[in-house]
Amino acid sequence: MTTLSPTTSPLIQGNQIPRKRLYGIMAEFHDPAALMAAADKVRLAGFRWWDCHTPFPVHGLDQAMGIKRTILPVLVFGAGLTGTTIGFCLQAFTNAASFSIWALVWVTGYPFLISGKPLISLPAFIPVMFELAILLSALSAVGIMFLFNGLPRWNHPLLSNKRFLRVTDDRFFIVIESRDPRFFASRTEQFLKDLGAKTVEMVEA
Amino acid sequence: MSSLPVNRQTALPGFQESDNTAENPGVRAPLVLNMNRFGQVTRQVCQVAESKKPPFAWYAAFTISLSLVGLLGFCVNYLIFTGVGVWGLNNPVMWAFDITNFVFWVGIGHAGTLISAILFLFRQKWRTGINRFAEAMTIFAVICAGLFPGIHVGRVWLAYWLFPIPNQMDMWPQFRSPLLWDVFAVGTYFTVSFVFWFVGMVPDLATLRDRATGRIQQFAYGLFALGWRGSNRHWHRYERAYLLLAALSTPLVLSVHSVVSFDFAVSQVPGWHTTIFPPYFVAGAIFSGFAMVVTLAVPARQLFGLKDLITLRHLDNMNKIILVTGCMVGYAYSMEFFIAWYSGAMYEGFAFINRAFGQYWWAYWIMVSCNVITPQLFWFKRIRTSIPIMFALCLVVNIGMWFERFVIIVTSLANDFLPTSWDFFTPTWVDMGTMLGAFGLFGTLFLLFCRYLPMIAIAEVKATMPQANPHWSGYAAHDGHGHAGDNSGGWAKPSFASPDALRSPGSGPDGGPSAP
Repeated sequence: MTTLSPTTSPLIQGNQIPRKRLYGIMAEFHDPAALMAAADKVRLAGFRWWDCHTPFPVHGLDQAMGIKRTILPVLVFGAGLTGTTIGFCLQAFTNAASFSIWALVWVTGYPFLISGKPLISLPAFIPVMFELAILLSALSAVGIMFLFNGLPRWNHPLLSNKRFLRVTDDRFFIVIESRDPRFFASRTEQFLKDLGAKTVEMVEA
Repeated sequence: MSSLPVNRQTALPGFQESDNTAENPGVRAPLVLNMNRFGQVTRQVCQVAESKKPPFAWYAAFTISLSLVGLLGFCVNYLIFTGVGVWGLNNPVMWAFDITNFVFWVGIGHAGTLISAILFLFRQKWRTGINRFAEAMTIFAVICAGLFPGIHVGRVWLAYWLFPIPNQMDMWPQFRSPLLWDVFAVGTYFTVSFVFWFVGMVPDLATLRDRATGRIQQFAYGLFALGWRGSNRHWHRYERAYLLLAALSTPLVLSVHSVVSFDFAVSQVPGWHTTIFPPYFVAGAIFSGFAMVVTLAVPARQLFGLKDLITLRHLDNMNKIILVTGCMVGYAYSMEFFIAWYSGAMYEGFAFINRAFGQYWWAYWIMVSCNVITPQLFWFKRIRTSIPIMFALCLVVNIGMWFERFVIIVTSLANDFLPTSWDFFTPTWVDMGTMLGAFGLFGTLFLLFCRYLPMIAIAEVKATMPQANPHWSGYAAHDGHGHAGDNSGGWAKPSFASPDALRSPGSGPDGGPSAP
């Protein structure tokens, strides 16, 4: 990554195609308040392919960016129901069924008569059903979250930017990607500068 | 601002520990002391993992722990190659140290989940200072706990029978047994706690990755940071997932120790067969777990210079929880006794009289004095905020809670229905060695964690700082007052709570960097 100073860079003159592909323009802020105000304006300017990067979740930034609520909880609820069902079927089959099913190999249930309880003794099955519901929900909450976030992804244009390293420390960034239809290098750069960014910098792809 | 030196206690001559335990209605007590920049928090936490050499005490503790792991390895192998006869078990007392240790360690784990999940749901921001290493403690405690049922099954090589694995014998676990519920409860508990811990750590691993200078560190932290880059679109889903994990872990943690208590309560043994067991066990677990958190936090904050992040207020709050749960445990002890008499059940009545005055009377009174009597000292604020006294009291609680499990398990079994089969359990050296070894395993894992991973949730702590609020008035207004590193000193002053200061933080007489 070479740092391209905005004024001398050939990159932004007349929005010509750069020698290296441009990932986007990155604006740096020093505190959450400035970032929030800027994010509000970026959203109002109609950008779509842009993001804020912060060391910690900033309260209210979702609204400022206009992020829609994720459907994650609905999917996790589904996973919980699946876990409960698996828990019930597992116990009912292994301890109460006398037929065979194919689960990678042929397996046969065993009707287990113990302490005079009915074969399908639901109260005794509840702990395992509950635990499997929790297990599947928790794993899917995390799995789906990372999937939707596109993580793990170990290579990213931003990760090779020196200045961006401080995003996990104490700096706040707005990045507008070049694939945004409203992106126009010189104009977008000026736009970000006008938002009060401390530095504005091109990020190569 | 990046040029400000890291505010380490040792770096400041004549520095007194800041006291942020005073209650000042209308002003939120600061949770981060002597720092008002995000970068200072980052550096203070990361310096532990980034320092070339840990303090000498770390090496000393690590050597001791590691040799105890050696002892554990020897005892476990000796047990496996010889048989469970090497323990002091006998015919009525078929569970003793093994299950006592199992319940003890599972209980220890519960404080971590309580801090990470329940306090999160209750929006208790002080949890951020302690949640990371409390969660780590949970995981390591559950590892120690899992060891004991694993080796006490006798034929260790058949331990996989616990799981419903299709096999050529068409043999399945018996799902109506509480012991099998335990397998699922503890297994789920470990998995979910681990995931919770890891997910919480990803942004902080990214911090370590971005600060790392060595190739190995960059690779290792980078690998586990999963390419986290603080995107707000990511944070949005991340926070949702974290909230869901907290909401799922809360009933989970209550269920786990309830299921552990079912191991006893579902049986017919007098002294075990009581309905109070699930809530009583859960309260006891939280009680012992918090005592362990304080036991670990006190030396850790001292050793690694984290007194500004794990403040006296955190310790004070934890001691209050220890007091509350200690009272709950005391209530459960007396209620057990009352019901033993009130039920009119002869065996139950005998079991409890025998507990307090029978052959294990000493164990019972150790339990009562450690768990019910001494924690009452925490009613006094001077004691709750005195580091040496709280450390000693928490050690006492740890001992008391170990004895509680011993009393429940061994006294009930040793004198059961038939007086002809009564016996006395005496531990052998293998029992003792395995118990000490488990502490060594716990210590080793914990010390490695302290050394190489972010011990405090950096991102979460930053989010609780007043500066993280987008409506905070900003640094510029404060720099002129020369208040860098002074957000603890002034907050308790009466003048600070003046309506003026509250209405517009930043314009008050104290400059107001610590106003919420």
